[in-house]
Amino acid sequence: MSDPNDEDPAAARARGGRNLLLAAALLGFVVIVFLVTIAKISGNVVHH
Amino acid sequence: MTRRAVISAGLEASLPAPDIREVARWQDYLSLLKPRVMSLVVFTALTGMVCAGGALNPVLAGVAILCIAVGAGGSAALNMAYDGDIDALMRRTQRRAVPSGRVQPADALALGVALSLFSVGIMGVAINALAAGLLAATILFYAVVYTVWLKRRTPQNIVIGGLAGALPPAVGWAAATGHAPLNAWLLVAIIFVWTPPHFWALSLYTTGDYAKAGVPMMPVVRGAASTRRQILAYSLLLAPVGIAPAFTGLGGPIYLVVSAIGGLILTALAVRLVFSRAGDAAPLLPAGRKEGLYDVRAAARPARDLFAFSLLYLFGLFAALLIERAPMIAHLVQGR
Repeated sequence: MSDPNDEDPAAARARGGRNLLLAAALLGFVVIVFLVTIAKISGNVVHH
Repeated sequence: MTRRAVISAGLEASLPAPDIREVARWQDYLSLLKPRVMSLVVFTALTGMVCAGGALNPVLAGVAILCIAVGAGGSAALNMAYDGDIDALMRRTQRRAVPSGRVQPADALALGVALSLFSVGIMGVAINALAAGLLAATILFYAVVYTVWLKRRTPQNIVIGGLAGALPPAVGWAAATGHAPLNAWLLVAIIFVWTPPHFWALSLYTTGDYAKAGVPMMPVVRGAASTRRQILAYSLLLAPVGIAPAFTGLGGPIYLVVSAIGGLILTALAVRLVFSRAGDAAPLLPAGRKEGLYDVRAAARPARDLFAFSLLYLFGLFAALLIERAPMIAHLVQGR
């Protein structure tokens, strides 16, 4: 594993960008699960 | 030594070692998902979903479309992970993230598997089992049947493998209603029959690249003349298949006009292609002049024209179906 302190600035920027993409994907996953849950629950309420 | 090993050995000998200082940016991972192909998949799946006319919650409809897009991206990443060796041999693909060394094949594979599992899992949990099953079949067909089995073995690779690209309207239809009737499969049939003339027209003016990479595309194996005849045969089949939805209750008058005119132009371009010399060995360029990546020799223009029009034709057919249902879409969006 490379030492982050030895990274050149370009590599550090690239790693930061990849981390942000991963964070956005994980956040998106949470939002999707939330929205699907709400949509399913409201659908069931309407049917009852 | 296997064919793949021979290609890999040739690649190692012919290419400079990748620059190890080059690091992967987030855009490289995004490019593994083939965003342009993804947009076409989303467009056809959305059309299938709208044509189905089900009363799917708009949020769930959005999630279904997202699952289809992510599934297409996942299968594209799996394709890129496996095809890194031959992508490095073709000018059109050698700057992709895997062959250029910016992304390791194992990382592309991991991304592809993760996205595929995510998309099928969410589709199954949030939408329905049929849509999830069809999406899984689409991904497996593209990543395994086309990429691993067919692409390097047979000139029928894109004919059979074309089913993967054709399935999204059925996935969209199944997501909206929970079933996939004959009209859904008619949309699948249109894309399936459209695929050979579209890709063979492209391969007629990129034959050299495919030959160099050892990919048995039709012009490489059977020659240009045979490919031009087969393009005409598929175009003659595509024109009536393209009009068929106007007579099954799927398409209305706009669709009938678009598909009839589009089918006529497509057939005319295919006839012109048959009588051309597109794909035949081109004379050598003058000394000192290099051919650009997307340069098209004059003789190959009929192939380029058919390739370009086929894209417009498919877009026109599906756009006509969407336009005819625009009032229903507006009603659905406002009504929920």
